[in-house]
Amino acid sequence: MANSYLLKRADFIFRNENDWEKILSNSIKKKPADLINELISSELKGRGGAGFPTGLKWKLTSEAKSDVKYVICNADEGEPGTFKDREILSKVPYKVLTAMAVCGYITGAKQGFIYLRGEYKFLEEELYKAIDEFEYYCKEIKLEFKINIFMGSGAYICGEETALMESMEGRRGEPRNKPPFPSIEGYKEKPTVINNVETLAHAYTIFKEGAKKFYDLGVQYSRGTKLFSVSGDTPKPGIYELELGMSLQDFVYEFGDGDTKAVQVGGASGFLVPRKKFKDAAIGFQGKLTGISLPTGGSMMLFNSSRSMFNVLDNYLEFFREESCGQCTPCRVGCQQLLLGIKAVKRGDKPASYLDKLMRLTETMQLTAKCGLGQSVANSFSSIVENFREEMIY
Amino acid sequence: MNPIQSLVKDLADKHGRKRESLLPIMQGVVAQEKYLSELAMIEIAREIDISASEVYGTATFYSFLETEKMGKYVIRVCKTITCAMKGKNQVMLTIQNMLKIKLGETTPDRKFTLLETNCLGWCHKAPAMLINDDVYTELTPEKVREVLSMYMKENHVN
Repeated sequence: MANSYLLKRADFIFRNENDWEKILSNSIKKKPADLINELISSELKGRGGAGFPTGLKWKLTSEAKSDVKYVICNADEGEPGTFKDREILSKVPYKVLTAMAVCGYITGAKQGFIYLRGEYKFLEEELYKAIDEFEYYCKEIKLEFKINIFMGSGAYICGEETALMESMEGRRGEPRNKPPFPSIEGYKEKPTVINNVETLAHAYTIFKEGAKKFYDLGVQYSRGTKLFSVSGDTPKPGIYELELGMSLQDFVYEFGDGDTKAVQVGGASGFLVPRKKFKDAAIGFQGKLTGISLPTGGSMMLFNSSRSMFNVLDNYLEFFREESCGQCTPCRVGCQQLLLGIKAVKRGDKPASYLDKLMRLTETMQLTAKCGLGQSVANSFSSIVENFREEMIY
Repeated sequence: MNPIQSLVKDLADKHGRKRESLLPIMQGVVAQEKYLSELAMIEIAREIDISASEVYGTATFYSFLETEKMGKYVIRVCKTITCAMKGKNQVMLTIQNMLKIKLGETTPDRKFTLLETNCLGWCHKAPAMLINDDVYTELTPEKVREVLSMYMKENHVN
């Protein structure tokens, strides 16, 4: 195995943020175009899971013509198995605020929002204290930028960027059709940059250390480091910053309990990788690495051989059935039927071949659902049913 | 003016009377009242000048905006995969036995409501639960007994 696929630890995100005032005042002395080029050349991609190039996102909004623009930090961290954003906001909030303000400087946005999930309400007070101090400094250096917190109220789908904006506008959190993309037409139909908490924290690192330092980490197509939220059957659950591009085998050597049967990469909307495929799987964005390459928001859930994969799938499907916004039929009905379907097969009310019908249903959902929720149910469903079919049937 | 009306008015003064003020206002009412009563929703609709059904439709989308009367303390036990694997059911049974209520119910003294919720983001310290906004992690039947007794000892009931 190539050396580059080894697991490598890193420490940027949680390293001191005491220099944020310097980073901010230095950054706004540079030309917006130069800062954008720095981000683009770092090849930073969105850390929420979808992996859209961050520099390009900022560039699109900076080029959009509008008097009013917005910057939104997406802290609606709801993907099962993900908890890194909470840690970033509680330990190094100034990094996120600084990156938001620099983004405001680049794009011309004067207003920023942090959409914080209702489950993290306990963070709100401390975060407002940080924002107060931050805004005070912005005034000192004559940078016009305000940040407000918008609280969510317990809806997974609001992590989807357009659903989040609907929610901020006071409506049901139902995703919009795309295009138009938020970069051009986002919150209140104004050009809006929306980034995951971790993406902003990495942008801070890039403004501080330069694009090259970031680019030199990781592998092709998957540059830099990433926070991984490790949970499940592991002796050391927690949050770890690792270089992208590691093989899953390596990851399991480090974090497994010696009896790892499968790893769920990317949360309930990600993929389940069985033991026999660990060595072929690498964690990163598109592009073939060692076989299959798995993009991820950083959720890594380990299952050992004492776990029933039927229960795992059952739990995911119940999650999706509840969290589907109900707007489009493929997702609303699909999630219900998948859940009823696997239970019927397990009871023996339906033949094992019924699983193949359900697989075709997930394909339909992948093609026709309106947003990422309905489209991604197929990921975990097919990867579990294909690899652990024997556990699904009576 | 009845207390709900003045609460809604105060919240509208604070957050504004635009459509985007709707969630903060509803959250403010829930923080105080634990749920959105029909009266509260009608008042909110009046304040921001939209139909009451729009308010109801929006409220029912969000799992933390309850439209049924809740207890003073709303217990939300995480039921997503890692918490489920690490003993959530035992925690749930312990709570049910202590409070003598089932999932979804409120104690007769209106002090506790027991609910389940989806991933709280504490998978590395599973199982986890929320009591109102406070988080409790790495729960065991023993630990949850300790936490709940603390809340139960408190005599004050709304």
